Parts: sequence; structure tokens; C-alpha cells
Amino acid sequence: MTVTVQDDVLEQLAATPAYRHLTRTRNRFAAVLTTIILIAYFGFILLIAFDPTFLGRSIAGGATTLGVPVGLGIIILAIALTGLYVWRANRVFDADLAAVLRAVDA
Amino acid sequence: MRRIATGVATVGGIALADAAQAHAVAPGGAQQPTNWIALGMFAGFVLLTLGITRWAARKTKTASDFYTAGGGITGFQNGLAIAGDFMSAASFLGISAQIYADGYDGLIYSIGFLVGWPILLFLMAERLRNLGRFTFADVASFRFAQTPVRTFAAISTLMVVLFYLIAQMVGAGQLIRLLFGLPYGYAVVIVGVLMTFYVLFGGMTATTWVQIVKAGLLLGAATFIAVAVLAKFGFSPEAMFARAVEVKTQLALGKGATPEVAARAGSAIMAPGGFVKDPVSAISLGMALMFGTAGLPHILMRFFTVPDAKAARTSVLWATGWIGYFYLLTFIIGFGAIVLVATDPGYLDAAGALRGGGNMAAIHLAHAVGGDIFLGFISAVAFATILAVVAGLTLSGASAVSHDLYASVFARGRVDSAKELRVSRITVLVLAAIAIVLGILFESQNVAFMVSFAFALAASANFPVLLLSLLWRGCTTRGVVAGGATGLVLALGLTILSPAIWVTVLGHTAPIYPYGSPAIFSMPAAFFVIWLVSTLDRSGRAAVDRGGYLAQRVRSETGIGAAGASDH
Repeated sequence: MTVTVQDDVLEQLAATPAYRHLTRTRNRFAAVLTTIILIAYFGFILLIAFDPTFLGRSIAGGATTLGVPVGLGIIILAIALTGLYVWRANRVFDADLAAVLRAVDA
Repeated sequence: MRRIATGVATVGGIALADAAQAHAVAPGGAQQPTNWIALGMFAGFVLLTLGITRWAARKTKTASDFYTAGGGITGFQNGLAIAGDFMSAASFLGISAQIYADGYDGLIYSIGFLVGWPILLFLMAERLRNLGRFTFADVASFRFAQTPVRTFAAISTLMVVLFYLIAQMVGAGQLIRLLFGLPYGYAVVIVGVLMTFYVLFGGMTATTWVQIVKAGLLLGAATFIAVAVLAKFGFSPEAMFARAVEVKTQLALGKGATPEVAARAGSAIMAPGGFVKDPVSAISLGMALMFGTAGLPHILMRFFTVPDAKAARTSVLWATGWIGYFYLLTFIIGFGAIVLVATDPGYLDAAGALRGGGNMAAIHLAHAVGGDIFLGFISAVAFATILAVVAGLTLSGASAVSHDLYASVFARGRVDSAKELRVSRITVLVLAAIAIVLGILFESQNVAFMVSFAFALAASANFPVLLLSLLWRGCTTRGVVAGGATGLVLALGLTILSPAIWVTVLGHTAPIYPYGSPAIFSMPAAFFVIWLVSTLDRSGRAAVDRGGYLAQRVRSETGIGAAGASDH
């Protein structure tokens, strides 16, 4: 089993600047990304619900409608935001976390 | 609204509502001649997966091996397995069939299923991995009184899993009858027995690898079809869309529509359609799809199969990428079917409907671009898909019973790994038997509501409980149990009062709850009750619950004390 860390040690850790910096930046970043995907998706749903003809407009007079790039755009946005989070987490948050954990060991 | 409900069903799990209706009209009439190529390929897949199960069985010794493959799955592998859980036969057959019928609407459902993944990553994935070992209840009950919260979580898990499972079994029976020409009952029993083998002996290792193999086969096959379709149009989507609109216009003209009406029917496939009728249903369904993903127990369970939080986040990226790519292919496949299948009398019956039922669009398209052998391959992959998804669901239900109810509630944590494992295996057998029996009993039922109900339940009960227990200090045991139960009961009640049950099944003239999905009311209600009851909670337990928050929060943020790959 894992080494048991006492809760009071964790509570002390929560007060350290390194921990506060990590959680504040990471949670703010996650909140921003969450807001973006919520707005994009529910904006899309509301658009469909209240102005369905909008997405049915032709692009450049062809058969392709505005709905196609918008729909595919949300799929790509979902993947891109996920990728952005993982990229920043791997590059920045993991290093910050390592610094926090070093403080516990010391 | 009926249309929305049907759409969910087709997309979410396995759905085949059209097949159900076709069957109801002409029992046995849709059965195809036995397809020997498909059967041969399927036999090959079964042999391969039984080999995987044998290999996995040797590695499956402890409860941890059984539930979570010992935490030894990599982020990439887990991402593919998660994608496999989502790329059910229904996603492949159901969404492409919906695009074949309605065009653009199919894409709306695809998007709903995809956008839950970023939410799951940003708010929950790493925290889940850092706090949990085997089930999402480990996380939801982390700082709370174990008995009430785990009991709630187990009930909610079993409800979601059972409805999803029945839908899969019914869908499997219908699909196999159509594809292979086997009788419905045989098909259900074959799926049940094979799935039991995987789960019982190979546990999570076998379940994951069967899912990975299937995901690879399905992605490969769908890529081949989509590329073959695009190649016919010089890789110009515009040319494909234009031809699809032309085909739909011609079909409408052929049915006696005036030129203007026909032109409108043609261009309708490029715009939102069925969603439009009722904004409340559209938003409600959108909520169920998006947040349901973050509350499905068999999906959440997969986050415990990876060694750490980093691998958990990598899994979501791979899963989102593969699922997004898959929906892109499905979009092309649906339009390809309009162009290549709807114009070929060989795939249609006398009335111009698809032979074998509405869900066969992608299957016929496979034949149109790849001939008999590829048709057999696709049929075998579709069957494999059901097996893999059903295995994951059963394992998730079994872990709720053995880990949450038996080990944590009944035995109060005083139970050894071997005994817990035995209970788990017995539960697998019981669940498989229940799934087979219900699958046969529900044969002619419209499975539409079951899958949409599973998603709505997950969004209304599991998601609010998990989110607030993770992120809100003030949350208490009484709050999560009361709120979770509210979401569960309200989602169930509103679904019973909705058109799909109240009118279609129970025969009343008008629904009491007029919308397609309960989530728009049941999910906020769950959040509200958790908040209200927690805030008013002055019990001694509430003080313990709130007092435990900070330590839980630090563990969830840092992974300190998390169950590792080797030690759990």
C-alpha cells in the first residue's frame, strides 16, 4: 500500500505558495477552457433550436451549408482544447506539481 | 420529439429502433440468408479474442487486476479503449443511418457525444485517477459516510448499466439476425456467453484489449469506406453533398412531390431538421449527451486502469481525437450511403426502403465500395463491437456490486481481495443471465428510450454528485445522497411521463411531460438539492464531511497517496 500521508500534512501543503500557484493557474485554465466549450456547444444547440435556417445557408452558392464547417469546427475545437490542456499540463503543470511534491519530501 | 428520442437511441448505445419497428411489423421477416463470409470472419475475431482472454486470465490474480487491469494500461491504449466504448455498433450504424435518412441532424448527435470529453478532462479526469481505485463511488464517497454514498452510487451504476446493457443486447440480437441470418434468441445467447468468457476469466485486461482490437478494426474499416466514397467524387465534399441533395430531390420527385417541395426535401439534408421542433427538448437532450458522458460508470471506470493522472489526461486526448475522427468518417459514410446506396435498387426493397432495415445503410455501403468480402468483414466488426461494449458494461456493474455493495457496505471493508474477486465473478454470471433474459424479453421493444434514459440518468445523478463532491467544500453525505436520489428519481419519473413511455408504451393520448429528455429539469434539480440539503445539514457527520475537504482536495490535485500501478 502507498505510504500514508497524514491529512494535517496535506493541509499544511495547501497553504504553501507553490501549491497555491499550481492549483490557481491550473483551475483557472481549466475553467476558461470549460467555458469555451460550453459556450460553443450550447450556442450551437440554441442556434439550431431558435434559428434553424441560419445553419442551412449555402456557402458560396454550392450545396455545402454553413452548418458543415460550424459542426466540424466544434468537433475540431473539442479536440484542440483537449490537446491544449494536455500540452500545457505536460509542459507546465507537471513541473509545478513536481516542485510541490519536492516540498513534501523535504 | 419521437425523432429526438430515436436519434439518441441510435447514437448512444445501440439503438436500432428502426430495426425494432421493422421487426414489430413483420416478425422474422427481416431475417437474411446466412452470410458465410461474415460468419467466418466473425469466428476469426472470436478466436483472437478468446486467445487474448487466455493471456489476460494468466495476468488476472487480484481484485485490482480484475477491475482495473492492475493499473497497467497506457494512456494511448486506454484512449483507444474509451473510444471503443463510444464507437458502438450504434454509433457506426445508427448515426450513419440517421444521416442517410435526415442528413445534417446526425452530425448534431455526434457533436453532443463528443463535447462531453473536454468537460470530463478539464474538471474530473485527473482528480478521478488521483482519488479512486476501482469505481467512481471510490471518488464520490471519498470523504463521506461510506454506506449511504456507496449504496446510492451502486444503485445508480446498476440502473445505468442495466438499461444500457438491455439496449445493447436487444440491438445485438436484431443486428445479428439481420447480418448473419441467425435467429434472435441464439444471437442474444451467443453475445451473452462470449461476453461472460471475456469478463469472467480475463477481467479488465481482456475487456480492454478486446475493445482496443475492435476499435482498431472499426476505425480501419470506416476509414476505408470514407476514403472510397470521397474518391468517387475526386475528394471533393462539395461534389458529394451536391450529388446527395440531387439524389434526395429525385427521390422526392419520384414519390410524386412537386418540384419546389422536392427541391426543399433535397436541400433539407444540409440543414438542421428534427431538432428544430422544440427548443426545450433540444437543450435537454444536449445536456444529457454532454454531461451524461461524464457520469457513465463504465467510462469513468477506465480512468482507474492507467498508472497515474498524466496517463489519465493522455487517455482523454486520444479518446477525443479518435472519437472525433470517427464521427467525421460517419458523416461522410452517411452521405456516401445517400449517393451510392439509395440509388441502387439492389439494396432497396419494392417500397424503396433499405433491405434489412433502416440501420443497414453503412452495411450496404460497405458492400457497394468493397464487395462481398468487405461486407463480411464489416458485419463481423459490428458484432465484435457489441461484444466489447457489453463486456465493459458488465464489468462495471459487477464492480459496483462486489466493490461498493459487498466489500465496502456489507463487509465494511473487512474483506480480502480473493473473496471480493469471487463475489465479482458471481455477479458477472448473474448480470449476464439477467442481460440474456431481459434481452430476449425486450425483443420487440423500442430500445430508443433505454439508451437515452441511461445518458439522462448519468447526467442527472452521477455527474452532479461527482462534480460537487470533488469541487465544493460544503457538500455533505446527506446532500449528495438526497441530490443524487432526486436526480435519479426525477429522471426516471419524467421519462415514464414522457411521450416515449406514457403515450407509446402505456397508450395514453397525451404525455404529462412533453419533452424528449428529462435532463433539463432533473440535472439542475440534483444540483439544487445537493446544495440545499448540504447547506442545511447541521449533523455531526456534516462537520466531518466538510472537515475532510481540504485534504481530499490536495490529494485530488497532487496525486499524493494515489493508488499506483504496482501497489493496487
